[in-house]
Amino acid sequence: MSPTADAHRDQGTLAPATWTVPPLAATALSVGYRRRRRRRDTVVLAEQDLALPRGALTVLLGPNGSGKTTLLRTLVGMQPALAGTVALEGEPLERFSARERARRIAVVLTDPVDAGLLRVVDLVALGRHPRTRWDGRLTAQDHHVVAWALDAVGVGHLAHRPVPELSDGERQRVLIARALAQEPIVLLLDEPVAYVDVARRVDLLGLLRDLAHECGLSVLVTTHDVDLALRATDHVWLLMPDDEDGPARLRAGAPEDLALEGAVGAAFGTQTTTFDLTAGGFRTTSPPLARVRLHGTGAGAAWTERALRREGLDLADPGAPAAATVTVSEQPRRHWRLDAVEWSSDHDSLASLTATLRRLVPHLLTGAASPEDAQHHGLPQR
Amino acid sequence: MTLADAGLRPRGARRSLPPPASEPPAERARAPGHARVVVALIGLGALIAVAALASLALGSVRIPLAEVAAVLTGGEASREAWSTIVMDVRLPRTITAALAGAGLGVAGLGLQTLFRNPLAEPFVLGISAGASLGVAVVVLAVGTVGSTTLVAGLSALGSMGVASAAALGAGLVTALVLAVSRRVSSPATLLIIGLMVGYAVNALVTLLLQAGLGELSRVRAYIQWGFGSFDGTTWSQLQVLVPLVLVGLAVTWALTKALNALLLGDRYAASMGLAVRRTRTAIIGTSAVLAGAITAFCGPIAFIGIATPHLARGLLRTSDHRVLVPATALGGAVVGLGAGLVAGLPGSEQTLPLNAVTSLLGAPIVIMVLLRLRRSGQAVAA
Repeated sequence: MSPTADAHRDQGTLAPATWTVPPLAATALSVGYRRRRRRRDTVVLAEQDLALPRGALTVLLGPNGSGKTTLLRTLVGMQPALAGTVALEGEPLERFSARERARRIAVVLTDPVDAGLLRVVDLVALGRHPRTRWDGRLTAQDHHVVAWALDAVGVGHLAHRPVPELSDGERQRVLIARALAQEPIVLLLDEPVAYVDVARRVDLLGLLRDLAHECGLSVLVTTHDVDLALRATDHVWLLMPDDEDGPARLRAGAPEDLALEGAVGAAFGTQTTTFDLTAGGFRTTSPPLARVRLHGTGAGAAWTERALRREGLDLADPGAPAAATVTVSEQPRRHWRLDAVEWSSDHDSLASLTATLRRLVPHLLTGAASPEDAQHHGLPQR
Repeated sequence: MTLADAGLRPRGARRSLPPPASEPPAERARAPGHARVVVALIGLGALIAVAALASLALGSVRIPLAEVAAVLTGGEASREAWSTIVMDVRLPRTITAALAGAGLGVAGLGLQTLFRNPLAEPFVLGISAGASLGVAVVVLAVGTVGSTTLVAGLSALGSMGVASAAALGAGLVTALVLAVSRRVSSPATLLIIGLMVGYAVNALVTLLLQAGLGELSRVRAYIQWGFGSFDGTTWSQLQVLVPLVLVGLAVTWALTKALNALLLGDRYAASMGLAVRRTRTAIIGTSAVLAGAITAFCGPIAFIGIATPHLARGLLRTSDHRVLVPATALGGAVVGLGAGLVAGLPGSEQTLPLNAVTSLLGAPIVIMVLLRLRRSGQAVAA
């Protein structure tokens, strides 16, 4: 390949034009689906300004059906905007040819990939599509970038494995490597952690954040995993569904700010769950069946509290009346003691403790909750 | 400003930007399957040579190879009849068989990838039905008007007339399917629409057949055409067939990069800069030209289009079209030549219906190949 062609190929790589222009931005963007025959359009998001920060991992967080995927598709030009503009490096997205766009934006979709008999390295090499000549021949530089992309996501050792043999987590990484092989400046991923276990979710998001920080990539990830989004990202775009079925609102900010301002709780809370600001997680809002006093420290006490809450019990405040007392002892082996009126028992597992509590709760109800509550929750009456 | 710019590395930093082109390129690793591809392509080439020679030497009369060679190099055979047989009968037949096999195989490969359906082939889009309708109109309907005998009916138009009618019918159906494809985005929907068009057109053929029952010789002529045959193509017909098939093969070769991108599905292909709709039109159009031209001269030949791509994938163990397209073309030529040889029943005056030969001999071979592939499920996914 001639030097001039090489120079041409390098346009739109990771070298930024200016640092002040956001790589991907939207002005007064309305997102949704057009309806035919004068029916009202379905507007998912209305008149929203957006700017994807450079060199950072942003999570587009929202409950199911809030329009995350629709917004993501509109941002990459896979779906027309209802109104407003999307700008790539300050230029309207429509001004880019498909090829020029693909040199700047890469995506990882939820579409199932059935690559047949392709090996991992072949699949990743497909990402060179917008940078190879008409016959798709790979130059030494192309091979180099493919190898880099494989290493960057930690699947270099899988290069010659057939794609169908990979696990879900491995395949997700390979698809990210394929996107990286496009040498984009913006990387958008739709639900990349949906089929990945919790530990690997954190790994995967950490990987994306490292890539964003080290390569100056702007990464946008959609997810409905609140916990993960709050833990592992730089910025959050929070899609807050409208109560009256109108367009959603979008709040942007640091994950902790959005949590403290109550936006996360407002976006995700349902009639029966609420976001617990102190614990950083969701819990049920049903009135507790009874209040229990818990003695103990450390992991043993923490997990005991979870088990009690799962049974619909709340912890009694110090000094307040409690229907029963649970004591966690760590010596000689961890065990639990349950004391209530006319009841006392020892347990060597939480399973045994909760089983006993379940039988006991109807008798404890007189203390903290009324029998009507018990009836309401379908508990056995005596 | 990113962490990396500030000279800071995030925890666990071990990745870097893809190195610039000026750096010495990484060692280009030869793919493990490379030797297999080279051996397979050379082997297929050798098989074509052997099959072509056999096709020239064998038939109702056996001609020694030395005599065949003499005729081919411009000399004269020791018997004058042999020169005529080789030059005017067997050479056109051999060229037709090789080109028809290659063309149908490559057309099938393109459609299987486009529709991501292992059962796709040129004829599922109604292309063969269209050709059949054209031939049925000429043989059954036109013939009944005015002329009284089949010979008269056919000679009025000539065999070129039958071919033109078949090509016209195939072209009309393809135009219809392409027009519909502009309004349909799902490949599966388009495939079903093609099937429906095929059924409807075949119904018209059935009506014509019923109307023609009074003229059994015409019905027999139509059925005879439906058997398929590589015999009977003349040099003047080859002047039409050869360029069409070669153009079709060349266009498909130029589409390898697009076909590879389509392996990941329409959305991914579009995200990598592929003009998906234009590519779809090109693939369907090319397949229609290939299948239409071949059907016009050889009749509707089943099986080769659907089976050869599977054979090529099984042989090469890859879905990479840069090797699959040439391998399918060569493999199709081998299949075409082999089927033509067997159908000719060397040493006898009889011939077998070509369609019966391709399917009876080919089906067990394809089943064997698929069963031998450990992951036949993935293997057939185009």
